[in-house]
Amino acid sequence: MRKTKALALAALGTALTMGLAACGGTAGGGNNNTGTGNTGAASTAKHNDGYTKVVNPSDAKGGTLKFAYSDEPDSMDPGNTYYAWNWNFSRLYARPLLTYTAAPGEEGLKLVPDLAEGLGEASEDGKTWTYKLKKGIKYDDGTEVKAADVKYAIARSNFSAELTDGPKYFAEYLDAEGYEGPYKDKNLDNFKGIETPDDYTIVFKLKAPFSEFDFLVANPQSAPVPQAKDTGLEYEKAVASTGPYKMESYEVGKQLNLVKNENWDPATDTTRKQLPDRIEVQFKQNAEDIDQRLLAGQIHADLGGTGVQPAARAKIVADPKLKDSTDNPYTPFNRYAMMSTKVAPFDNIDCRKAVQYATDQVATQAPWGGPLGGDIGSTLMTPTTVGYQQFDLYPNGADNKGDAAKAKESLAACGQPNGFETNIAVRGDRPKEVQVAEALQASLDKVGIKATIKKYPSGDWSAQYAGKPDFVHQNKLGIMIAGWGADWPSGFGFLSQIVDGRFIKDSGNYNMMELNDPAVNDLLDKGIQTTDAAERNKIWGEVDKKVMESAAFLPFVYEKTLLFRPSTLTNVYVHPAYGMYDYTWLGVQQ
Amino acid sequence: MVAFIVRRVIAAVLMLVIVSVATFAIFFLIPRALGQTPEGMASRYVGRDATPEAIQGAVKRLHLDEPLIVQYGRFAKGIVAGQEYSIGPRMVECPAPCFGYSFNNNQPVWPTLMDRLPATLSLAIGAAIIWLVAGVSIGVISALRRGTLTDRLAMTVALAGVSLPIYFTGLVSLALFAYTLGIFPGGGSYTPFTEDPVMWFQALVLPWITLAFLYAALYARLTRAGMLETMGEDYIRTARAKGLKERTVVTKHALRATLTPILTIFGLDVGLLLGGAVLTESTFSIPGIGKLVIDAIRGNDLPVVLGVTLFAAFFIVLANLIVDVLYAVVDPRVRLS
Amino acid sequence: MTTPSASPAPGSFLELRDLRIHFPTEDGLVKSVDGLSFKLERGKTLGIVGESGSGKSVTSLGILGLHKGGRAKISGEIWLDGEELVGASQDHVRTLRGKKMAMIFQDPLSSMHPFYTVGQQIVEAYRIHHKVSKAVARKHAIDMLGRVGIPQPDKRVDSFPHEFSGGMRQRAMIAMALSCDPELLIADEPTTALDVTVQAQILDLMLDLQREFNSALIIITHDLGVVAELSDDILVMYGGKCIEYGAAEDIFYRPEHPYTWGLLGSMPRLDREPTERLLPIKGTPPSLINVPSGCAFNPRCPYRERTGGKATTEVPQLVESDGGHLVRCHMPREERRAIWENEIKPMMEGV
Ligand SMILES: Nc1ncnc2c1ncn2[C@@H]1O[C@H](COP(=O)(O)OP(=O)(O)OP(=O)(O)O)[C@@H](O)[C@H]1O
Ligand code: SF4
Ligand SMILES: [Mg+2]
Repeated sequence: MRKTKALALAALGTALTMGLAACGGTAGGGNNNTGTGNTGAASTAKHNDGYTKVVNPSDAKGGTLKFAYSDEPDSMDPGNTYYAWNWNFSRLYARPLLTYTAAPGEEGLKLVPDLAEGLGEASEDGKTWTYKLKKGIKYDDGTEVKAADVKYAIARSNFSAELTDGPKYFAEYLDAEGYEGPYKDKNLDNFKGIETPDDYTIVFKLKAPFSEFDFLVANPQSAPVPQAKDTGLEYEKAVASTGPYKMESYEVGKQLNLVKNENWDPATDTTRKQLPDRIEVQFKQNAEDIDQRLLAGQIHADLGGTGVQPAARAKIVADPKLKDSTDNPYTPFNRYAMMSTKVAPFDNIDCRKAVQYATDQVATQAPWGGPLGGDIGSTLMTPTTVGYQQFDLYPNGADNKGDAAKAKESLAACGQPNGFETNIAVRGDRPKEVQVAEALQASLDKVGIKATIKKYPSGDWSAQYAGKPDFVHQNKLGIMIAGWGADWPSGFGFLSQIVDGRFIKDSGNYNMMELNDPAVNDLLDKGIQTTDAAERNKIWGEVDKKVMESAAFLPFVYEKTLLFRPSTLTNVYVHPAYGMYDYTWLGVQQ
Repeated sequence: MVAFIVRRVIAAVLMLVIVSVATFAIFFLIPRALGQTPEGMASRYVGRDATPEAIQGAVKRLHLDEPLIVQYGRFAKGIVAGQEYSIGPRMVECPAPCFGYSFNNNQPVWPTLMDRLPATLSLAIGAAIIWLVAGVSIGVISALRRGTLTDRLAMTVALAGVSLPIYFTGLVSLALFAYTLGIFPGGGSYTPFTEDPVMWFQALVLPWITLAFLYAALYARLTRAGMLETMGEDYIRTARAKGLKERTVVTKHALRATLTPILTIFGLDVGLLLGGAVLTESTFSIPGIGKLVIDAIRGNDLPVVLGVTLFAAFFIVLANLIVDVLYAVVDPRVRLS
Repeated sequence: MTTPSASPAPGSFLELRDLRIHFPTEDGLVKSVDGLSFKLERGKTLGIVGESGSGKSVTSLGILGLHKGGRAKISGEIWLDGEELVGASQDHVRTLRGKKMAMIFQDPLSSMHPFYTVGQQIVEAYRIHHKVSKAVARKHAIDMLGRVGIPQPDKRVDSFPHEFSGGMRQRAMIAMALSCDPELLIADEPTTALDVTVQAQILDLMLDLQREFNSALIIITHDLGVVAELSDDILVMYGGKCIEYGAAEDIFYRPEHPYTWGLLGSMPRLDREPTERLLPIKGTPPSLINVPSGCAFNPRCPYRERTGGKATTEVPQLVESDGGHLVRCHMPREERRAIWENEIKPMMEGV
């Protein structure tokens, strides 16, 4: 019985793939390579095909999928990681309550049930969210996943002093006043933020209504952890697996090997495949050499998902054949500058507009690697954020190289017709950002704005410098170079931390504009209480526009990466929620 | 001899203490003096955009708020007596010598060092053998054929070897021999000897040669200069006047004298490399001490940096000691005192 | 002696005929030895004197064949016991070195290998030419050390050169040189590094040993004092050439060359302060690349005016002035003798 069901599902997967290829393809058009012809598909795929459809589709099983990574993660523990790729990769062995649809394009931004049977059910007041677990989901040791394991997972990842690396959204939103975490307080019943009325029901109790709670439980932190198996910081070496793979061995900073988890039941899983026999990851590999190995076909993917290094990029750009084996997706990051509305003369909106018009956005795009490194931006939200709307309030010339006339006009309106002096703050140990600051400085100089670049260390950037309004005021930091990527691809995830006036903090502040516009704040509140997604997403667009109207936010680029897909890799597509290939789909040609 | 070694060991221990204090100062004291707060430091060991509470938690857990002298005392005590750490649900024992617990890897430093040592040993010793043999032979031949085409060619290659960065030669050799010709495995293929000796050897050939190239070039130049000087010595003339064959004059008389100072340098170079061949290990992605420390420095993983520094200092001190003793054995004019 | 005879196989044990050893250098051709000829019989001692740089060492190394295979351009003939060595193969001359001819060097400390014991170095020298066991060679080494007057030779055989005093080192050098009973022994400034009493002992030792082995001995030195009592014949070198040659008495009692007069005058004596010199030779030794035209000594010679201008234009020949006494000077023999008798000799005796 189960077998036929699995087959049926696999067939559905193929159908889905074909559907994607047909409708999602704007660049590739009607490409018919949806069959099993691996080699043919690989050789005819074009640049960015993986962005709109599945390249090299195949359900052939077997082989070893090899990843390499220039760094190592904070942790392989799904509850203790903040690395973007790891929220993608950890799904191979950890199933959260919800996850994103396995599809390229906009479709991939939609949440689907994973461990849960359906999306969350919100109570009338929006403060209680209930999820039902699918029955019969097992860990790799054959024991069944229980609701308490999900509760325990969130307790440990959000309320302990030891697991410091992951985000703490649940601690922020759940109503769990005074809970000290499972390591200090061994009685899980004292954790009131989550209730488990039975083994398959999980009820989240929130402090305030939060309509995007579903996005939070799509975080790997909601993947279950059996309390008996928790070894705290060392749990990353032996994670209890619920996904199609399980850990065979893990040497921190060296190598991770995954093998098939026989207790994973594909019938319960709509988003993952289980094609390779093994998955091997090498950590701490030389970044340039990773590219060489990728191009030589010795490994299949760069785990980091941040694209190739400049040397390989140059090689790829020069060779159309190589370029056809690449995709150029957006990352979740927007690169921008913020102007402090509390530092003169930027307390005057016209002076801020002058900067908006004066900026040569081609010059500020260059440090990121030109068009391949990012599209010139004009909004806060990036194109892969749910709710993104395209508009440009401050067109700076047809060629984006700055509109000096408009800038002069704004300067006059501001009462500074001959320009003024200001400072640009930048993280001195980030070369690209320093180059951006220099490009901006040059742009402003052309209209008479004399900017001095001030460099600060990134370690204390947020705690002591740009993120500390007192410091910003005292040192007259008019412009600060920054970047932001949302933890979940929605307007709220992107916007709230950086535009909500009530989030302006004495230290660790990300709303460096110090923009405290009641209209913006109200819209955010309204949005997060709006349960209708379409309605809600419209509101995020309005917030974006409102903030841009303040002219305090100066977008540079929507960051993009250049990903290389070796011809030996099958089932490759860029998952928009992660901005990299969907690691749960990949297979290898043998 | 015994008294000498005892005295040197005491001096070495003192030096290690000084090295540890200095390293500690560089990574703790100076940033503090420049205005870095314990929170600023802790913010590196927690997730992105961590809440102040989370940062405070990390400060407490890593004891960053304690006076520096107390922090150092804790570190020193750990080496002598071991330490206990909380990993969450329970405490774990870090037995002496406990170099601390990595802030980033959540692993004790000492086992990590021990884990990385074989790779560094393999790389350093293999390369050392190659460069010693190659460098000295080339140097001798160059010196004996001074001014000829062979000499000039060898010295030009040596100059290239000294001036080309390992990062470059390493990547180029990988591109050529591993990815284009496929003769050797690519980067990141280091396998411990105990697991697969054949793979161990194959994976190390390119790193050995790359690292040895640099040193061989250096040693060829040293040897050549040394040989030229030695061959002009009076005792070489004496050796010839005895009627010795030229080959014996070169090997028994000239080389012996030339090699003595080179052996000193060799000992120190190997000692230094055992503290990590940073560039080679990084280029070829070999999980050795050098790769460990460079990553630790980048990630501000202070316990690891401290651990490796002490470890490397230990090797340098040891190498110095061995070299001094060896020198006395080789050169009878030197007395150990 | 003046003109090299073409006849081969001379009767003498050692004979040099017009030996030239020139070194091509970046600055030009260095004519270190430029037409040297002499003869030496077994059991006899030849003293070669001359200032620093006059070519003494190059000559002796040339005889041993140590310039072969190098940059040096060698011409002329060296006859040793009926064999010509300039044209002989390098390897053949090597087999003669140490056995047939041996050399004692100037600075015994730098001339012995610092890393090997004195015994090892003597053993090595012996075993090159004698296929014996190490033990036998070692006994021989101890024996040799004893014969050159080193106390407790069975102990000192294991000492390193730096553990010896200067005099003992030179004795050890001699023991090494004599270990294979060489028929020709060249001592290149054997006592320069030693203090005066030790100097005398070493010279006595060499003479004793020479008598014992009946070898031919060449003693090379800066100053005539050293060779005075030892030598049968004396050869005075200047700028790579022989300028006066004769029996020891001739050179000491009837020297005829102005340069030799200078040497005698500047001879340090035990009864005088070494700084006190009677007839200091003014100026510096000649360049061996741009040898002064005419008589090489002319820039420094107080008598150059007495040769009617020939001193600067014509190279004087080595001419026999009396039985076997050769002099290279344009001044007529009588005039030279008169100057010596009337001007130089009284002055030297007056002191
Ligand atoms: N290998 C060589 N190449 C070039 N020039 C040389 C070489 N050997 C010797 N000479 C030159 O030949 C000249 C004679 O040197 P030599 O050593 O024979 O002098 P010497 O009479 O022994 O002097 P001293 O009393 O100082 O030992 C010197 O000018 C020296 O520079
Ligand atoms: S030839 Fe003339 S210059 Fe030369 S030594 Fe005789 S007198 Fe003096
Ligand atoms: Mg000499």
